[in-house]
Amino acid sequence: MTDTSTTQVRVRATPEIRRARIAGIILLVMAAFVFWFFGLKVMGDLNATFKLTLPTDKIQDIKMILNTRTLAFVVAGVLAFLSGVQLRKSTEKRTNMAVGVGFFFFIFAFLAWAAAGKSFSLVGMLRSTVILSIPVTLGALSGIMCERVAVINIGIEGQLLASAFTATILGSAFGLWAGVVGALVVGSLLGLFLAWLAIKYQVDQIIAGVTINIFALGITSFMAARVLRKAQHLNSSPQFPAIKIPFLADIPLLGSMFFNHNFFIYLTFLLVIVLHIAFFHTRWGLRSRSVGEHPRAADTVGINVFATRYRNVILGGLMAGVGGAFLSLTQVSRFEENMTAGIGYIGLAAMIFGRWKPFGALAAGLVFGFARALQQKLGILATPIPSEFLLMTPYLVTIIVVAGVVGKATPPAADGQPYLKE
Amino acid sequence: MTESTDTNLTNPEKSPPEKPPSNLFARITGINTGWIRSLLIPTLALLVALIFGAVFVALTDLEALALLKEDFGGGLRLMAEGVGLAYKALFTGAFGSVYGLSETLFAATPLLLTGLAVALGFRAGLFNIGANGQMLIGGMAALWVALHLNLPGFIHIPLAILAAIIGGALWGGISGLLKAITGAHEVITTIMLNFIAFFLVEYLLTVPVFQEAGKINPISEFVPLSARFPQVFGADYRVSIGLLIAVAAAIFVSWLLFRSSWGFEFRAVGFNPTASRFAGMKVQSLLVLVMGFSGALAGIAGANQVLGFSPYQVTSAFAGTIGFDAIALALLGQSHPVGVVWAALLFGALKAGGRAMQASAQIPLDLVVVIQALIIVFIAAPELVRAIFRVKPPEKEKTQITKGWGG
Repeated sequence: MTDTSTTQVRVRATPEIRRARIAGIILLVMAAFVFWFFGLKVMGDLNATFKLTLPTDKIQDIKMILNTRTLAFVVAGVLAFLSGVQLRKSTEKRTNMAVGVGFFFFIFAFLAWAAAGKSFSLVGMLRSTVILSIPVTLGALSGIMCERVAVINIGIEGQLLASAFTATILGSAFGLWAGVVGALVVGSLLGLFLAWLAIKYQVDQIIAGVTINIFALGITSFMAARVLRKAQHLNSSPQFPAIKIPFLADIPLLGSMFFNHNFFIYLTFLLVIVLHIAFFHTRWGLRSRSVGEHPRAADTVGINVFATRYRNVILGGLMAGVGGAFLSLTQVSRFEENMTAGIGYIGLAAMIFGRWKPFGALAAGLVFGFARALQQKLGILATPIPSEFLLMTPYLVTIIVVAGVVGKATPPAADGQPYLKE
Repeated sequence: MTESTDTNLTNPEKSPPEKPPSNLFARITGINTGWIRSLLIPTLALLVALIFGAVFVALTDLEALALLKEDFGGGLRLMAEGVGLAYKALFTGAFGSVYGLSETLFAATPLLLTGLAVALGFRAGLFNIGANGQMLIGGMAALWVALHLNLPGFIHIPLAILAAIIGGALWGGISGLLKAITGAHEVITTIMLNFIAFFLVEYLLTVPVFQEAGKINPISEFVPLSARFPQVFGADYRVSIGLLIAVAAAIFVSWLLFRSSWGFEFRAVGFNPTASRFAGMKVQSLLVLVMGFSGALAGIAGANQVLGFSPYQVTSAFAGTIGFDAIALALLGQSHPVGVVWAALLFGALKAGGRAMQASAQIPLDLVVVIQALIIVFIAAPELVRAIFRVKPPEKEKTQITKGWGG
């Protein structure tokens, strides 16, 4: 008896131990890299200056000055310690957390290396991280709304693009709020279209989503070339102003990062919280999730599977509509052909990286936004690292996550399968 | 059926009585009309898509819309004239002249290759959205051979194509391998690999190995004469040996799918992976193989984009949206090599005609993209078309290609 139980335990623990081993090796390689490349290869007397305040802030001139080499040695030590924990024989490892912390320190050492002997506006980069994360997070929320009820939404990109287009035109013609309403309506309609194809006609959901993307790209480019070129006044939308939150906006660093933005950014944070509560602490959420995990069982207990799916997929389109409005009413006033340029796909990636959870989506959005902001700022620092490789990170990270190298992502059980009533 | 009467008596349910053909034409003439029926939905889908396209053209005609307020009939007439002009330009641009026909064939070449790539995946139950990425990597591999090996044309070109095949196969194979080992869904991995390939190419075009000397923007060196695809109808027409390669690829895929044992296994896995596994097929390695073949076909398309036409110099945009057009194409061709050939000709015609339409009637080429998207909708949801035209449904139907992310 004892024999079988121990083998069972070992069999169950194997994937986690293997993952911990991989993580340990990766962390060790990172530690060696930091020690040698950011530490030993850098001149000892170089300091990196990080600016923590913007010139417009109330409190001025807070800086963090760090010696690049010393920091690299410290970080290498931390990474080596984390690696040791992962490679040690024990059951309690917290692999994902260790990898996350490890990457955080690695990036820190990297920034100090990139800014060695220079001054770098850390606050500026973190502020653009938050801004760049918003459309990605909203795209991911759209994906979550749909996939939690087992409808795959590959069409996020198209929903973003079409609603951004509508927001530009209506915003230019009738003002800001008309643009917002238009974007929400178009996003929801494309959600309805996806739901209709997926539920009524049981069209392969990936094909339905791809169609939305191709259609949105085609129709917006067509309209932009045929209509907007002649009617320029429809292609200059007003912009939402930033709303400073009293007191909080004056906190150094955090104030600029989080509390001095236009309302979309606050709305996104609010949506993340609301959706988290809705999905995991309300009856609606339980019903939605049951439809995504086991639609037949949900149907048996009296939940209307089709209605739930329609409602959530339309709401998902609505989230993408918010994202589209954000893109054209806060960042640029002109609609450009294919202006989303893959943000919807990054949103899809963020949904998977965030494991189909609203807070996960936000965290993933921030990580991907950080990669983007870093790419933009590294040009200023003139590092020898090609920016293309940073632009690849969201996609690479997603492949690593879906492949389960570090932490497996498990989608809702019935994801992508049409439901047929018996 | 006559000789089976004896068995019918002993075991009645084994062979049910043959049904009379359902359709009147077949009942009278005795000709099997199955293949005509299979053309019905695609034809109607195209028709409806063109009608929708016409509506979009009419509704975006600003002059006609302005006239509509004063003179309703006149406005409508102006709209109709605009649509007529556009579709006339589309048709004559694709079929109206020898040059138009050659442009159709020219545009069909990469579409055929990528369409075959996607169709092959569909047959094995894999959704390859990554044809674009595989084209990019295959094209870059071909470009490397073209730029860095100094060889006579008859060996230089085949070698460059071979490099494209290897490049595309490896890039596609990554998704197959990930699916086989970890169960990662190929839709996700191929989408992500598209972007990775794009940024990789952007980067590679800025390093001296590929970049034109003295340039700052990502653009390649000119392909040397010995590696350029020869034109088959003379210098006036852009059709190159790429077309012949694409046709050869279609014949090869046809043979592979329906005459080889690998093809049998591919189709078996696509039909029922569990049963295939129990029948002793190595499903895991088949997945890698299918994605490899699929990527190789897309890779050849990449070589065609790089070596096949003037200016024989590329930017990172050389794959365009061809990999996505290919999905529509494979669906329209019902994942059959012959169907894909016809679909590629149709899409080639739309593209060539669309360019002519843009030039002469000032209708943006993007209209073609809209029409293609609508075609997919109507092919993927044939019930929609049937509802519009009141066509009776056939006996069997429905193919769901992808199954959830879980894999």
